Amino acid sequence: MPPFQRYLAWLGKLMTGDAGLSLVNGQPVAALIGSRLGNSLILAGVTALVAVPLALTLGITSAVWRGSLYDRVVGASTVMVVSVPEFLVASAAVLIFAVHLQWVPALSQLGRINGLFDAIRVFALPVMTLTFVVVAQMARMTRAALVDVLSSSYVEMARLKGASQMRIVLWHALPNAIGPIANAIAFSLSFLLGGVIIVETIFNYPGIAKLMVDGVSTRDLPLVQACAMLFCAAYLVLVTAADVAAILANPRLRQG
Amino acid sequence: MTALVSIQDLWVTARGANGTETEIVKGVSLEVARGEVLGLIGESGSGKTTIALATMGYARYGCRISGGTIRVGEAEITALGEKALRAIRGRRIAYIAQSAAASFNPSRTIMAQVIESALIHGTASEAEARAKAVDLFRALAIPAPDTIGNRYPHQVSGGQLQRLMAAMALITDPDVVIFDEPTTALDVTTQIEVLKAFKAAIRDRTTTGIYVTHDLAVIAQIADRIVVLRNGEVRETGPIDDLLKQPKNDYTRSLLAAAEPAPRLRDEDAKSKEPPLLTVAGLTAGYGGLTDTGEPRIPILKDVALTIARGASLGIIGESGCGKSTLARVIAGLAPQTRGTVVLAGETLPPALAQRSKDQLRRIQLVFQSADTALNPTMSIEEIIGRPLTFYFGLRGEERRAQVRRMLDLTHLPSDVLGRRPGDLSGGQKQRVNLARALAAKPDVLLCDEVTSALDTVVAAAILDLIVELRRELGLTTMFISHDLKTVRAICDDVLVLYAGRQVETMGAAAIPETDHHPYTRLLLASVPALRRGWLEEEALAAREGKVDLSLAEGCVFHPRCPDRIAGTCEIGQPPIRTTAAGGVIACHLPAG
Amino acid sequence: MAAIADSRPRRRRNLTRIIAPLVVLVWLLVAVFGPAISPYDPAGIQDADLFEGFSAKFLLGTDFFGRDMLSRIIAGTRLTLGIAIVATSLAVTTGLMLGLAASAIGGFFDSALSRFLDALISIPSKMFGLVVVTAVGSSVPVLILTLAIIYVPGCYRIVRSVAVNVAALDFVVAARARGEGTFYIMTREILPNMVSPVLADFGLRFIYVVLLLSSLSFLGLGVQPPQADWGSLVRENISGLAYGAPAVVLPALAIASLTIAVNLSIDSFFSGRVREGVH
Repeated sequence: MPPFQRYLAWLGKLMTGDAGLSLVNGQPVAALIGSRLGNSLILAGVTALVAVPLALTLGITSAVWRGSLYDRVVGASTVMVVSVPEFLVASAAVLIFAVHLQWVPALSQLGRINGLFDAIRVFALPVMTLTFVVVAQMARMTRAALVDVLSSSYVEMARLKGASQMRIVLWHALPNAIGPIANAIAFSLSFLLGGVIIVETIFNYPGIAKLMVDGVSTRDLPLVQACAMLFCAAYLVLVTAADVAAILANPRLRQG
Repeated sequence: MTALVSIQDLWVTARGANGTETEIVKGVSLEVARGEVLGLIGESGSGKTTIALATMGYARYGCRISGGTIRVGEAEITALGEKALRAIRGRRIAYIAQSAAASFNPSRTIMAQVIESALIHGTASEAEARAKAVDLFRALAIPAPDTIGNRYPHQVSGGQLQRLMAAMALITDPDVVIFDEPTTALDVTTQIEVLKAFKAAIRDRTTTGIYVTHDLAVIAQIADRIVVLRNGEVRETGPIDDLLKQPKNDYTRSLLAAAEPAPRLRDEDAKSKEPPLLTVAGLTAGYGGLTDTGEPRIPILKDVALTIARGASLGIIGESGCGKSTLARVIAGLAPQTRGTVVLAGETLPPALAQRSKDQLRRIQLVFQSADTALNPTMSIEEIIGRPLTFYFGLRGEERRAQVRRMLDLTHLPSDVLGRRPGDLSGGQKQRVNLARALAAKPDVLLCDEVTSALDTVVAAAILDLIVELRRELGLTTMFISHDLKTVRAICDDVLVLYAGRQVETMGAAAIPETDHHPYTRLLLASVPALRRGWLEEEALAAREGKVDLSLAEGCVFHPRCPDRIAGTCEIGQPPIRTTAAGGVIACHLPAG
Repeated sequence: MAAIADSRPRRRRNLTRIIAPLVVLVWLLVAVFGPAISPYDPAGIQDADLFEGFSAKFLLGTDFFGRDMLSRIIAGTRLTLGIAIVATSLAVTTGLMLGLAASAIGGFFDSALSRFLDALISIPSKMFGLVVVTAVGSSVPVLILTLAIIYVPGCYRIVRSVAVNVAALDFVVAARARGEGTFYIMTREILPNMVSPVLADFGLRFIYVVLLLSSLSFLGLGVQPPQADWGSLVRENISGLAYGAPAVVLPALAIASLTIAVNLSIDSFFSGRVREGVH
C-alpha cells in the first residue's frame, strides 16, 4: 500500500480505538499507552495545580505593580527561564536538590512510594522543573494581558471614581482579561506537553512521553504515531477550552 | 468670595520612552468659583486634559505633578496621599471622559457602573442609588430610563453613553465635575442633544464645572469663564463674552478666526459656463453580496448622482457612517460599485481599478484624511512626491527633483524637507506633502476626504487656505468631503447632503442661509453651534431618538428621526424629488416651505 | 542641566544594550574561527582524568572520555549556531515569502494556506521532531529541514498579519489607487515597513530553534556522535552531574548565555524597552 493510504487506514483504525501493534515487542499500542497514561496525567495535573495559581499570582501582581522593582525582578527572571531549555532547569534542580542537598532522589521510582512524604519526594523534582518552565511563560502572558486591560480608559475611569486598587483589579480588570489569560494558560500548558518529554526522560519517570522517546530510539513508528496523536489531541482540547472560556467571559460574545 | 477650586503654579512632567522628562504643564494658575463653569480651551498638546486630571490628584502613566498646589474646597489635593485622594475622587470631584464607549467597562452592566461611586463612597444604599440613577437618566433625557441600566455598554448608542456617563458622575452629588471633551467624538446632531442635557443638569444643580474642549463654539454655550491654553501655559483668561468679543492675545485671535471660517472663494460665473467634468449617476454600492432583488446585502450608498463642473468644488457632507468616504473610494475605483456610472470628461470610467487605464487613474487623485497613515514612513518626502512623477510621466533624476521642488513650492513646504521622512514633519506639513503627492499627478479632479479633521483648528484653517489657493492657481476641480458644515460652507460652491447613504439634498453653498431645506439639512444646520452665548437655549429644533437604518428598503431613510415626519406618508415609497426656489434639489415627502 | 538628569537611566539601559549583543557576537566569532582557536583536537583523548576540573592545561576541564572541554565546546558552537542559523534563515525566508504571497494574492490561496499551516502549528514542536527522527533517522540535513519546517508556520503567521495590517494603511491604498503593480507595492511600500517585526521574529525563532535542537540532542535524537553540539555535550557528560563536573554545566551555560543574550538583544533593539516612570 502506498504510504498515504496506509496512513489513512491507520487513522481509521485509530478512530475505533485500535492503535495497532508495537513493532518492537508486538504488544498492542493501546495497552502500552494505557499502562503509562495515568502516570503522565498525574504529573501534568499536579504541575498544573501548582503552576497555574503561581503563574497567575506572579503575572497579576507584576502587572498591578508595573514598573516597580518587583515587576522588573519577575520580568528579568521569567525572560531567563523562557530562554533556557527544560533539561537545563532539570539538571540544575538535580544538581542542587538531589546531589548537593540530597533532599530528594534524582530518579523517580513510583513503585516504592510509601505515604505522602515519599510521594512528595518522588514528585518534587519533576513537578518543580515543569512548573518552572510553565510558570515563566504563563506569568509573562498573564502580565501582558492584564497590563493591556489596566491601561484602558475604563480602568482610568474606575480610578477616577475612587475605586481601590483591589476593586480595580478584581471587579474591573480581571473579567476583561479572562479571555487572554485563559489563552495564556492554554498556551503555557501546551508547553507542558513538550516539557514532559524532557522531564520524564531525565528523571526516568514511567509516563507516556518516556514511552514515546523510547519508541523513537527503537524506531517504533506505530507507538510514536499514537503518542503524537494523543499529544495533539491534548493540545486541541486546551485551546478549545480557552476559546470557550473567552466566549463565556465576554457579554458581547455571550449574547451573540 | 473664595474659589472652590484653586490651582497655583502647577507643573506636570512627562517621562518619555528614552527616560527624558519634559514639562507638559508649565506653571499654570487658575481658580473656579462655586457654581461657576470654567472652560479650558486649547489644541492638542496644550495640557488641558492633564490640568483637569491633576485637579483630581491624578496623573496619567509616566506623568507626575512636579510642582504647585491644587486646592479643592478645604482639601489640599497636592498634599494628600493615595487613600485620601481615593476618598475625594468620584465623591467630591467627578470626571466625564471624552470617549464614553471606551470609558464604560464592557463586561459590567451600565447600572452597576453608574452607581459604583455611590457604593464605593457609601453615599447611598444600593436601592437608593438605583432610584437616584433612574431619576438622573430621566433628567438627562435618556430613553427608557427604567430599563437602560440593565444593558451592557455595547448595546447603547454613543450619545446615550455620553449622557449615562454624566449620570455616573452626578450620582454622588459631587462639588466639582470635570467634563473632558465629552462631545468631541459625537456627530453634531447628537452633540446638540448631549450639550442640552449637560447644560440643564448643570443649571438645575448649580454644578461647579471644569469643561475641557478644543471647540470655542461648544464652550461658549456652557462655560462662564475661559482659560486659553497653549503648550502648557495660560495665554489668556477672561469671562466668555470678553474673550469672544475682545480677545487680547494673538493666539486667542487666531483660534477665533479658525473657529469661524469665512467663505474663501466662490466664483459662480466661472463654473456655470463650463461643461460638467465629473458626472456620477445612480451610484449604488455596498458589501456582503447581493440580495435577490440585486441590491447589496449591506448597502452603503444608494442612487447617488452628482456633477462637478471644471474648476468647481462640490462639498459632500454627512455624519459618520453616511457613506461619504465610500463615495470617494467608488469614484476613485478603490471600492466596488453595484450599479451606476462615473463619467470623467465625457468618458465613462470602468468600475474596477484594474480595468482603468493609467491615465484615467492619474486624472482622479484621492487625498486621505490622515497624513500619518497616508505617507509611507520608510520613504523620504522626495520619494513620496516623486513617485507619481516617475510613474505617470516617466520623470527621473534632476528633472524629477525640479518637479518635486515645484510641488513643495505650491504647497508652501521648505525645500529642506526633501530628504526627510514623514515622521520628522509636523501634522500640518505632512498634510501638505499628502496634497503635494496628489498634485504631482496633475489630476483633473481632487477628491479630498476629511483632509482637515485630524488637524488642530488653526492648522486646519491654513490647509483650507492652501486648497483654496491651489484651486485658484491650478484651476483644480475638487470634491471636498467633510462632516463639518462650516468647512464645507467656507470653500465649496455646491453642497451635497448624504444621510444613511442616500442623497437627501443638493444645493449651492450660497443657498445655505435659505430656509427651504430637507429636514435633515435643517437639523444639521441648526446643530452647528454658533460662536456666541445663548445659542443653545435658543435652538429649538430637535431630532427624534432613532437609529440610522441603512437597510431601510421602504420610505424616507430619515423618517425615524425626522421631527416633522407625516405618519402614514413618510414610511411609504421613495420620497419625491423637488426643486427649491434657490435651485437646490430635495428628496422629501414634505411640501415646500 | 537636562543632559545630566538624563545620563543615569540611559547608562543603565545601555549596559544590556551593549553586553547582550556582545555575547551574541562573541559566540558568532567562536563559531567562525573555531578550528583556528581550538587548543586541542576536540575528538582527541588527552592524557588526563575523566571529568577533570579547571586547570592551566585544560582551561575548562575534561569530559567523560578525558577530552579537552574547551575544544569540544568550540566545536559544538559551530554545529549549534550553524544548524540554528541555517534552519532559522530557511524558516523565516519561507515564512516571509509564503506570508507575503498570501497577503498579496488573498482569496482561496490565502485561506487554504493559512488553514494548513494552522494545523501544522497545533503539533507540539518536540513531538514533530520526534516523529520525523523515528521515521527517517537523524542527520544534520534532516535536523535543519525539520527545524525549519517546524517554525515556518509561526513565521508565516506573523508576516501575514503584519503584511495585512500594513496593506490596509492608506499609503498602500494610495499606491493601489495610483495603479501600481503588486510587485512594486510588496517590495517598496509594504516590505520596508516590516523590517523590524521580521528581524525581531528572526531572533525569537532562532532562540526556539536553538532550544529545540539542544533538547533533541539532549534526548540523543539530534546531532549524532562522534559530532556533538551543545545539547549532545550535556547528554554525554550527564553522568558527571552527580559530581557537579564542569563538563555538564558549561555547555548548558553556553546555551543559556546565547539564548538569553539574543532575547535581551531583541528586547533592547525592537521594543525600545520603555522604562515607564511611577506616578
